[in-house]
Amino acid sequence: MLIGNRVKYLGIVFGVVFAALLIAQQSSIFCGIMLLTIGQIRDVEGPGIWVMDRNVEFIDDIKPMSDTDLFRVKGVKGVDWAVAFYKGLVRARMEKGDFHQVILLGIDDATLIGAPEGLFMGTLSDLRTPEAVIMDDAGYARIWPGEPFVLGKVFEMNDHRAVLVGITKASRTFQSFPIIYTRYSQAVLFAPSERKVLSFVLANPKPGIPAEDVCRTITTSTGLQALTRDQFMKKTIRHFLMKTGIPVNFGITVMLGFLVGTAIAGQTFYLFTIENIKQFGALKAMGTSNRTILLMVLSQAVQVGIVGYGVGVGLAALFGWGTRGLTKLAFFMPWQVLVLTAVAVFLIILLASLLSIRKVLVVDPAIVFRG
Amino acid sequence: MTLFDPVDALSETDVAVRVRGVTKEFGSGDWLTKALRGVDLDVPYGALLMLVGPSGCGKTTLVSIVAGTLQATEGEVIVLGKDLAAMKSSQKVRFRRDNVGFVFQSYNLLPALTVVENAAVPLIIAGWRRSHAIEAASEILDQLGLGNRMTSLITELSGGQQQRVAIARALVHEPRLLVCDEPTSSLDAENGRITLELISKIAVQPDRAVIVVTHDSRVYDFADQIASMEDGQIKSVRDCRTNACKNPPLENS
Repeated sequence: MLIGNRVKYLGIVFGVVFAALLIAQQSSIFCGIMLLTIGQIRDVEGPGIWVMDRNVEFIDDIKPMSDTDLFRVKGVKGVDWAVAFYKGLVRARMEKGDFHQVILLGIDDATLIGAPEGLFMGTLSDLRTPEAVIMDDAGYARIWPGEPFVLGKVFEMNDHRAVLVGITKASRTFQSFPIIYTRYSQAVLFAPSERKVLSFVLANPKPGIPAEDVCRTITTSTGLQALTRDQFMKKTIRHFLMKTGIPVNFGITVMLGFLVGTAIAGQTFYLFTIENIKQFGALKAMGTSNRTILLMVLSQAVQVGIVGYGVGVGLAALFGWGTRGLTKLAFFMPWQVLVLTAVAVFLIILLASLLSIRKVLVVDPAIVFRG
Repeated sequence: MTLFDPVDALSETDVAVRVRGVTKEFGSGDWLTKALRGVDLDVPYGALLMLVGPSGCGKTTLVSIVAGTLQATEGEVIVLGKDLAAMKSSQKVRFRRDNVGFVFQSYNLLPALTVVENAAVPLIIAGWRRSHAIEAASEILDQLGLGNRMTSLITELSGGQQQRVAIARALVHEPRLLVCDEPTSSLDAENGRITLELISKIAVQPDRAVIVVTHDSRVYDFADQIASMEDGQIKSVRDCRTNACKNPPLENS
């Protein structure tokens, strides 16, 4: 019946599409932002354990430890190896005198554990040369916009000369600053002088020993906080979820999409029902049971929901695909977003059809005999 | 002109519809409206009865009660041997589905469906397989001269054609009682006559009965009986098989 009224049909579909699009798109951007917060943890693929000060809450929450803590961790039973890792925000002075805030990562001098993968200019071994640094491509484009990628560029950090020897693709960070990789010993020089400089200890458990068990042993023996890679990612995300307004802001937008979608779909569905109430009455007069009428209304609602969901999620995906290289918009659509949107659309069509269902169920079949 | 005594004219086995002392009230207190005030009426098998009378006299209320879509406040309503007052709501739904055909004033066809699908609706409601229902609907549409419009949408038909689809829909499941509410009111004179001709030709059978609510005096000559209502009561029932009913026209109709 509903498909016969094209305007109403499209109106309801539009309501559902609008809601599905907004919910899927905003949730995907939210997930993208959450992904940014753990970008640097994901990029460090080798070690399974991150050791840090017990008060650290997320990856950017640096509370330096003593250099001796590295050796304490190395001495814990079950630890296969452990290396130092520096992370800090420093100011870089470019050739022309302009300054840029950059994220400085210092990786183990000997093993280069924590180094970026996917260098597309230069080689990782060049990092062993004095003053050498590697920069991410997005950071390069930010510092030298419009310029082609060129190695050998020179700049200063903390009055120390740095030479660009490689360019890599790194995950973007929440702070969106350029990322600079160097050796730990070099990073200490580039960073402002502090009594303690060790940000993290990256470690790995011995083969056959679960990382969780080793983390517990490290914490017990050293008093430091030790987390597996997954645990640290979850802790970081939890921090942004609980301690920032990001989820609330996105939640409001998602809720608005839900409410507006429900209102449009519900109102149109109800109007459609009112306009066709005599047809429903005629069906009831002819002996259609309430159960069949209910199934009719619900099946139409479900059909609208499926079309609206498909188009809405499709448009959201198209948006993500279309903007992937054009803007700095974070966009990540995991399966959970699809499930969340499906649940929301189901609720929308359920709410939208509830009023209509009530109306058609109580309609008196004798209505068909009234002029 | 013969005037029946509606109570004693027919034996119980001859009547498709027997209404005795039926009243119907709407509202309560100061807003109480008595739509029917003790109606007695028999509709014999094989007859087409026209229910006529001025607007607001209770025709629609009576036909709604007879069709089982409205509950009488008091009185006895026996349709095809079944006491409607004693039926539960779900039983009435099944009774209507199996035994009653409807032709409505405004057709109430489903615009999203084709002609043949509309005509097949009662069979589909009754649980027929779709292909069988479509086949049966095609046959009756052929009889009604719509064989070439099977796959048309309802909106592509004229008013007369739409009413013929409605008749096909009302008759496709071979109901034993056909209830028509002002079937010619939206049609011009010629289409009105054609519609009544079709109804009387196809629907009036020895084991069936037809009730037509109408204001249209031009179609009175298709009636076997004309029951005239006024102020919630049957004033007279005229037998047209023995007397012409159209001349002189019935008062107030």
